[in-house]
Amino acid sequence: MNIIVCMKQVPDTNEVKIDKKTNTLMRQGVRSIINPYDLHAIEEALRLREKMGGKVTVISMGPLQVIESLKEAVSMGVDEVILLSDRAFAGADTLATSYTLSRAIDKIGNVDLILCGKQAIDGDTAQVGPGIAEHLDIAHVTYVEKIIDIDEKEITVKRLVDDGYQIIKAELPVLLTVLKEINEPRLPSIRGILRSREMDDIPVWTADDLDIDRNLIGLNGSPTQVISVDTPQLDVEARIFEGDYQTQVDCLLKALMEQKVL
Amino acid sequence: MSIFVSDKCTGCGLCIKHCPFAAIELRDKKAFILDSCTLCGACVSICPVEAISISRKEESDNLGEYQDIWVFGELSDGEPVPVVYELIGEGRKLADKLNQKLGLILAGTNLSGLCKELIDYGVDKIYMIDKEELGVYNDEYYTQLVTELIRTYKPAVLLLGATAIGRSLGPRVAARVRTGLTADCTGLDIDPRSGDLLQTRPAFGGNIMATIVCKNHRPQMATVRPGVMKAAAKVSGYQGEIIQHDLDLSQVRLKSRVLETVKEIREGINLGEAEIIVAGGRGLGSKENFKILKELADTLGGTVAASRAAVDNGWIGQEYQVGQTGTTVAPRIYIACGISGAVQHIVGMKLSDIIIAINRDPEAPIFKYATYGLVGDLFEIIPIMIRKLKEGISLQEVGLR
Amino acid sequence: MDYFLTEKQKVIVELARRIAEEKIAPVVSKYDISGEFPWEIMKICAQTDMFRVFIPEEYGGLGGGVFEMALVTEELSKVCGGIALGYAATGLGAMPIILFGNEEQKKEYLSRVAEGTICAFALTESEAGSDASNMKTTAEKDGGYYVLNGTKQWITNGGEADIYTVIAMTDKSKGSRGATAFIVEKGTPGFSFGVKEDKMGIRGSTTRELIFENCRVHKNQILARPGFGYIVALKTLDRTRPGVAAQAVGIAQGALNACLKYTKEREQFGKSIASFQVIQHMLADMAMKIEAARSLVYCTARMIDSGADDISRESAMCKCFASDMAMEVTTDAVQIFGGYGYMRDYPVEKMMRDAKITQIYEGTNQIQRNVIASTLWKK
Repeated sequence: MNIIVCMKQVPDTNEVKIDKKTNTLMRQGVRSIINPYDLHAIEEALRLREKMGGKVTVISMGPLQVIESLKEAVSMGVDEVILLSDRAFAGADTLATSYTLSRAIDKIGNVDLILCGKQAIDGDTAQVGPGIAEHLDIAHVTYVEKIIDIDEKEITVKRLVDDGYQIIKAELPVLLTVLKEINEPRLPSIRGILRSREMDDIPVWTADDLDIDRNLIGLNGSPTQVISVDTPQLDVEARIFEGDYQTQVDCLLKALMEQKVL
Repeated sequence: MSIFVSDKCTGCGLCIKHCPFAAIELRDKKAFILDSCTLCGACVSICPVEAISISRKEESDNLGEYQDIWVFGELSDGEPVPVVYELIGEGRKLADKLNQKLGLILAGTNLSGLCKELIDYGVDKIYMIDKEELGVYNDEYYTQLVTELIRTYKPAVLLLGATAIGRSLGPRVAARVRTGLTADCTGLDIDPRSGDLLQTRPAFGGNIMATIVCKNHRPQMATVRPGVMKAAAKVSGYQGEIIQHDLDLSQVRLKSRVLETVKEIREGINLGEAEIIVAGGRGLGSKENFKILKELADTLGGTVAASRAAVDNGWIGQEYQVGQTGTTVAPRIYIACGISGAVQHIVGMKLSDIIIAINRDPEAPIFKYATYGLVGDLFEIIPIMIRKLKEGISLQEVGLR
Repeated sequence: MDYFLTEKQKVIVELARRIAEEKIAPVVSKYDISGEFPWEIMKICAQTDMFRVFIPEEYGGLGGGVFEMALVTEELSKVCGGIALGYAATGLGAMPIILFGNEEQKKEYLSRVAEGTICAFALTESEAGSDASNMKTTAEKDGGYYVLNGTKQWITNGGEADIYTVIAMTDKSKGSRGATAFIVEKGTPGFSFGVKEDKMGIRGSTTRELIFENCRVHKNQILARPGFGYIVALKTLDRTRPGVAAQAVGIAQGALNACLKYTKEREQFGKSIASFQVIQHMLADMAMKIEAARSLVYCTARMIDSGADDISRESAMCKCFASDMAMEVTTDAVQIFGGYGYMRDYPVEKMMRDAKITQIYEGTNQIQRNVIASTLWKK
């Protein structure tokens, strides 16, 4: 089983704090981490490899600092990692990103299964996975909570939808985006960490390494563009009620009724 | 590099503070863009002297051919899901601003009755594909049909609900027709100058709001967060047209099949749609104590939720978690009980209309985000609330419900 | 203090700390209450290679020794001394095989330990605690087999482990020279387990009786030679006492860490109690004692790993010193927490309960003092 996991490095938004005075993001000292959902994709790939044999390759697109996250994937036990890094890729929206990743997957070739996290916590779009599948002309299943069955040709999964779930059978190759519920990601192993530290030749592919239409990558290949970014005003001074508990509750219910929200 | 800092830069450093990726430094008293820049544009819009610009290749062909606002009519068991009415309501406003028509894609089986019903919500054109194979949603058939309708009728805008299905179908269609798609929008508008769709969405877990346009590609596609837009009201006797489109599905060789669809009420998973949420945090102290929150939630007709601290302690399942690593919610009323207000929680609930904080510690950060605050022991305050809600102040009596 | 750890040792420590903080911390109280064996944590230890650190490379290990085992035990114990014991006792159970196993035994068993198979070591009986020579369990030769009969008491990892090193009398007439060490696998007919003990502390570990009723064990399962049982046991315990000492150091450090956090948060007389000199001095004493114990443990472990032969005295010293220290430090920690410290809602009363056993098992501290004293007049 030849499995590819698409991974994104993201800032740890849990650590992002807002500067109350300037109302801006304070990013000093915020770590870059593997997108948490992608850890579940990596874990699932490793479990499938343990069950069926084969190889797990993690690919990622971004600046060279992503190598740190790729090494972390190695420390968890993946076989190979590839970084797509080129100024020409910068500014890509989900369409250009999914196109670029799909060209890299095409270059790797003979893929049975592609796993992505449900979404990335910095963008929350959840669009790159299905986009890759479309570019590769393969099926995709989003929000996968469980792989029920898999063989060389087909896979059966449980996929969550808003009001329940579906059991879906798809032929391989297929792309899945996975939920956190699918598994508990493992910690790295000592041997994995030692291996990742010795790795100093992580392949970095540029646009020249891919059979790619340059009009469809990076900023130029991105139909959407951000025209403004605002930090929402957070600091609304609360009305703190005073008095004993009875009085506080009365004031609250009165305020709510005045606002006609109850 | 296609981002430039001109000589106009005064080195004020504002962009450095606003860069979400820490990709700007001050060098020689001027902003210097580092390699980690993702061209997100945050600095461009914040720069007071317009010194930063991002260049991109502009090309556009025959955008004028694309007219009308479309809505994807997602069905569940043959009935439109709630967000469809919200999209119709919002789509109607956008169409009126552009003086264009509002269209609706409706695919499935036995649709004629539903078509007539939906027109009454203010839909001008319903593009109907009635086929046995479309009874159960399938990504491949639906991608094919939406693509074909887009290519045939050329809408300017296509809105989908940011539901499991909308977020699966949207990117697939956008990739096939090669156009832009903005995920999970919470605000839509029309740029009065260009007529482009302005799509606003939270990013960075809600720490920033980004406004996104799709200038040179059509249709402009967006998925819209359920529960945010106002649902359309029924307008009896509205005049709309039904366009039956025939679709040849024989060329689509299905690579995936739905074997089974099961309806399941999972309270937690619908947190995003809850109107009233009563959430508990570390201050709850135990699993048992969530019962009192449940009672308050039931009294209000709301849902229970939790902070990460409560979930990590195993007091309640992860599906109830609100926040960065859980669900993002925007109910009318959010009651935070014994939640201190860590940023990761705040980003998941701060879009709520009214935030009520109950906490023993008057210094707890949660009070900074709350509309109303009650300081004290939640185990005393909440029972009083429940009692008053149940008997004393009957809301129906007051006539406000 | 900087102990000049190698890169590999730093990796081991960092990862063990992650296991403790991310995986063990959320379940400490669950296991303290239930008293169940923490399989979920043992599986994580296996998957992260923690069981490999003390196994030679040729059997799938990472080639470390007692020092690495102690480092891991200390880190895990900072968060839960009970859960850490499942790990440390596997080290104890595997040590006789590392020291005395023949090539075949090492290949068969150590490679399984490296993968995370739980082990146990069975010496103690109801009538044979400090006086190990009063052992009643027998192993009678019967052709190519030995037939085991008797009951071992208070065996850590009993029932959960797959591999047991059991000391039994093959020739009672020879006294302590009549004992033999056997490797016995779980599932061997005639080998069963008694009830689980309900303990004061280290409740995240399992302690059970091993019951042998005409349990036939092949002679190939003998470690070293018949009659070498006591030597196997003594040499093993000399090398694993630093593990108990590391457990004690970890528990004490965990208690100090909890105190550092609490004293900053807790206010009395209008200021944090950390601002009171009396508290600061208590904390300083705790820190000092912990570091002294840690230094002794690390030095002893390194001495053992360097191949030194005569180690009984240092091994006894580090176990005795560290465990007495842990008892003092955790008792003081409860004192610093005041009334809260006595409550189960706060972590330090458990640490005090956990610390107590380190003064008792793998040789009581009184026996350790005997050992130390006996060396004082030697040249």
